[in-house]
Amino acid sequence: MFSRAYKTAVTVPPLAWVAVFLLFPYALMFCYSFWSVTPAQTILHSWSLDNYKELFQKSVYWQTLLRSMWIAARVMLFSLLLGYPLAYFLSFYAGKRKDLLYQMVIIPLWVSYLVRAYAWKTILGSDGVLNTLLQYVHLTRHPLDFLLYSPFAVVLTLTHIYTPFTILPIYASLEHIPRNLVEASHDLGATPAQTFRKVIFPLSIPGVVAGATFAFVLSLGDFLAPLLLGGPSGIMISNIVVSLFGAAYNWPLGAAISLGMLVIVVSLLFFSERQEKKWSFS
Amino acid sequence: MILADSKQRRTAPRAAWLLLHASAVFAFLYLPIAVLILYSFNGQGVGGFPPHHLTLDWYRILFADAAIWDAVLNSLQVALAAMVISLALGIPAALALDRVQFPGKALFRRLVLLPLILPGIITGLSLLMLFNLTSVKLSLLTITLGHGTALISVAATEVFAGLQKLDRAQEEASLDLGANYWQTFWRITVPNLKLPIIGAALLIFTLSMDEIAVSFFLIGRDNTLPLEIWGRLRRGITPEINAVSTIIFLFSLLTIVFWYHLRLRSQGAPDVAMELLEPSNGK
Amino acid sequence: MSATPAQKPTLLSIRNIAKTFGRNVVLRDVSLEIAQGEFLTILGESGSGKTTLLRIIAGFETATSGEVWMGAERLDQQPPYRRRVNTVFQNYALFPHLTVEQNVAYGLRVAKRPNAEIEQRVAEALDKVKMSAHARKKPSKISGGQQQRVALARALVNRPNLLLLDEPLSALDANLRRQMQVELKSLQREVGIAFVFVTHDQEEAMVMSDRIALLRSGELEQVATPREIYSRPATAYVAQFIGHTNLLRSEVRDGIARCGALSWRTSTTDGPTLFSLRPEHLRPSSVASNGLVRLKGKVLQQVFHGPTSLVRVECADGLVLVMRTSSGGLTAQEVELEFSPADAIPVRESPERS
Repeated sequence: MFSRAYKTAVTVPPLAWVAVFLLFPYALMFCYSFWSVTPAQTILHSWSLDNYKELFQKSVYWQTLLRSMWIAARVMLFSLLLGYPLAYFLSFYAGKRKDLLYQMVIIPLWVSYLVRAYAWKTILGSDGVLNTLLQYVHLTRHPLDFLLYSPFAVVLTLTHIYTPFTILPIYASLEHIPRNLVEASHDLGATPAQTFRKVIFPLSIPGVVAGATFAFVLSLGDFLAPLLLGGPSGIMISNIVVSLFGAAYNWPLGAAISLGMLVIVVSLLFFSERQEKKWSFS
Repeated sequence: MILADSKQRRTAPRAAWLLLHASAVFAFLYLPIAVLILYSFNGQGVGGFPPHHLTLDWYRILFADAAIWDAVLNSLQVALAAMVISLALGIPAALALDRVQFPGKALFRRLVLLPLILPGIITGLSLLMLFNLTSVKLSLLTITLGHGTALISVAATEVFAGLQKLDRAQEEASLDLGANYWQTFWRITVPNLKLPIIGAALLIFTLSMDEIAVSFFLIGRDNTLPLEIWGRLRRGITPEINAVSTIIFLFSLLTIVFWYHLRLRSQGAPDVAMELLEPSNGK
Repeated sequence: MSATPAQKPTLLSIRNIAKTFGRNVVLRDVSLEIAQGEFLTILGESGSGKTTLLRIIAGFETATSGEVWMGAERLDQQPPYRRRVNTVFQNYALFPHLTVEQNVAYGLRVAKRPNAEIEQRVAEALDKVKMSAHARKKPSKISGGQQQRVALARALVNRPNLLLLDEPLSALDANLRRQMQVELKSLQREVGIAFVFVTHDQEEAMVMSDRIALLRSGELEQVATPREIYSRPATAYVAQFIGHTNLLRSEVRDGIARCGALSWRTSTTDGPTLFSLRPEHLRPSSVASNGLVRLKGKVLQQVFHGPTSLVRVECADGLVLVMRTSSGGLTAQEVELEFSPADAIPVRESPERS
């Protein structure tokens, strides 16, 4: 039905742009990761695996990566714990208010990330709202230190940011479950609790996988929250990359870490897509 | 809803727990924003409980702050331009994905989606390398190119979903009646995609206004709003920031209410956020 | 209302069930007794309330008023998972993430029956519906007709007191449908469980049922065996809904019914009366005609239906009657017809209901 001219007009511009502004830059980063930097801060185009060796050898990189993954894992877990029951409530119990409540889940997504991270900063600080509130009601006598500039603050903030990202795909999955399956399960003698375990939850797994993946991957690569709220103990892998492109001027090493992150993220996406397909039955 | 109808009393305890949980989560999601807004009126500035002395001083200071307004203007320019770029490339991309078999199609699809889920800094850094290589000076233009590129997939995903719902027969009828492809595109295809396009435009605009990760590395002399705020945050917290944050929040709220009403006016419109985040089964 | 067949004890007693959705009255005052082991069809157009009635029995809706009793227990106060009632859903509602086997075993697993028993009963059920070969497949891999059988097995394996079937054959094409009708009927005989079958297809109801309950706008028009409901329709609606009929608007005085130029003897009381005359009771007149009503007419249209044809005939003063003849149809344009007064059945009016 569509002429060749149409097909060309529609395909070439996006492809060309993406090749120039996405593919080529990523390829460039790939190349950079094998180069090195001189003390005079110029880039040497000599190909070697030195950067990668350094990543494997220096423990600071490993530790930071592991810490980042640990933070991301906790964000993922808490997002799921907070998000799934809410999505379930929305899908099965909300009745007439469903659409309105759904909008209320989305609104935070449209509000600036920076704004929300900053809000937590003002709440968790030693002079912040939470501390002064606790002291005011005499629950504590001194400000609690661990609230801010700690991994705790990072996990809390990221959970706050990414819980809606987790809720939406789970909600979508739950909505896709035909209600007559629930009725059929009841008809066959299963209580609502058994029905949830045997029918509803299994069919919602693709959504859970998608939501968990978003929460984990987006948290892993986050650099803003740790920078604002993490303090020295909350540094994540992206912060290292940022400094390597800034004060610590070592583009090739930064590129190597970025590439490593790219590989990790792409593998996770690949893995989670496989899982989603495996658990999708329609 | 079957559970809501039959035997409410038996399921009441469960429903009560779920309601409690839901309320708690909503509180968690909204409380920080509420605190922010509240303290933007607090005479004593940020922190300290309870807030005393409500005042509009911070807003007054904010409105007199030239640097912030410059940054706002810059962000608006960037956002609008990025919107144009993303749509101009995302719409054809969606059409191509929907209708054309071309080599590398699968790779293209994933590549386009990558900036959304990859840490923004990777996209930002790789573009930095590109501009560095080609000796392009960093400026609002480079930021615009970064945003535009990263957000193509938002436009593509939305429009693609809209295309799925489009009745192919309409376009065929148009061609049958003598319109050529270009005319059919503007007379039939685009009007039918009005809502996905508007939804995508709103989302792209909003994401661009808030964008930091990519912008961080591509910034030249002129700041965008988030980066301006960021700069000030590094120097210490001022309640002015609460004020500007509150205003940003209000704008976001207005945007989403506006979008909500557009959707209500035409039922069956796509949910922008949902389309992006739907599990990919079978896609 | 027809009472339960005398010899079979009552299984389910539906008493004065009414259901309103908001301002919409879906069921008005329905009372019905279902006998053990009988095949009862709830027949009605869309919007008649038949599905709602079924769902009330199954437990997915609560009646606005009225009661449902099974034996000495009030059924309508129990949640669906405690009722000894199982449902075959209209779109089968098979669990997509479970195999055919696992679907059928579901109710037994939930009831925590021993594994050996489950295996045996599932195998038996699958065998009865001839789906044993597909036991390990997922629902997406079998055809619609096969899914329907699995849905049946899944319900029956639990040995319910009552099986509810919500238009289970409506998604099948005509031939498969006819085949399944026969199979369902013989399955019910074999299993001996009461079936309550919901459909809008009157032929289907006639073929399969021991009794038919015809529902219109939330009220029962008539409950009777197929034979009875056909030959002695209670109302005009029943007469028209089931099969074809001619409705003769007549005036009865002193034992004579008059409709236009026609008149015949009747034992009905005086007053305006509607009579139902089936097309097959109108015949070309023969020589001997004791007490038969005669009329002349002009052939308007003949419609070929296979084994028979339906002929529209215009009589004196504009009355149009439909008669049924053998497939050859009528050759003449002008015909003379006759019918026996005994075949003109008086029926009640069916007033419009909101």
